[in-house]
Amino acid sequence: MISLLLLLFLAITAIAIVRSRDTLTAVMLTGLSSLISACLFLLLDAADVAFTEAAVGAGISTLLMLAALHAVAPVRPQPRRVAWPALIVVLLCGGLLAYGTLDLPPFGAAENPVHQHVGNHYLEQTEREIGVPNVVTAVLASYRGFDTLGEVVVVFTAGLAVLLLIGRPRRKDEERDAR
Amino acid sequence: MKSHLILSIVAKFLIPLVLLFAFYVQFHGDFGPGGGFQAGVIFAAAVILHLLVFGHAATEHFIPTAVLKIGAALGVLIYAGVGVASLLAGGRYLDYDVLADNAVAGQHLGILLVEAGVGITVAAVMILLAYSFQQRGHDA
Repeated sequence: MISLLLLLFLAITAIAIVRSRDTLTAVMLTGLSSLISACLFLLLDAADVAFTEAAVGAGISTLLMLAALHAVAPVRPQPRRVAWPALIVVLLCGGLLAYGTLDLPPFGAAENPVHQHVGNHYLEQTEREIGVPNVVTAVLASYRGFDTLGEVVVVFTAGLAVLLLIGRPRRKDEERDAR
Repeated sequence: MKSHLILSIVAKFLIPLVLLFAFYVQFHGDFGPGGGFQAGVIFAAAVILHLLVFGHAATEHFIPTAVLKIGAALGVLIYAGVGVASLLAGGRYLDYDVLADNAVAGQHLGILLVEAGVGITVAAVMILLAYSFQQRGHDA
């Protein structure tokens, strides 16, 4: 019941983001939608994911978006108009995705493929092999250590890219171009 | 930013608590929800709050950009280094079993170090991003 209510809120927030003409409002609403998603993840018993969503989605990315808004010139609101080709593409994609969910196995069923693979090994052997109570941490840092190393390198690379793009003071000719 | 008296006082209250919570999440990740990614982001959020309230000069006085650049690389280096250490100890890459006397202790040590690497890189990169955007906003 509460999940349905949250999903409704999520949909309302998404529509409000699309319809808002003000970038600041849109950024704040994006943070709100992340917070609602975090609540939904918590209801699905995915505490670690909810935690990440709340910290990264609602917290830091909203802050960084605000900082980015602060750095760019204010965007003048465009007159509202319907872009028909974009609408058709979006409806088509959404429809196909919804059609694809019809083939998915029932939600949470024990015989689903995802529960038949290595997941059982992780759940049963973490206590013996790793010895930490939080299986998510064991999977993330040990069983799937390569993935996490890749993720850290991605974060590092993203930081490098931002520093290369805007990390240095503007040169004189750029200042002229910006005006 | 001298006029925001309430903001600066509330921020002074909150920032130490948020930093403490970041360390709790970092080191309690084995037992409860959390880990390096979340802890790094929470730590960065505290520093960015300081940045927003007290300005770039005050924050950079505590955490210089040079330290952050080193930190971002150091985290990745720690993570990859744990992998090399387990190679040198006779195991496979990122196989923590061989890092200590028994497998479980090795796993604990490996996870602790790896999560520390993740936390350092994530925190440093997030703060660097905020610094960059903030600076860009000032000279634009």
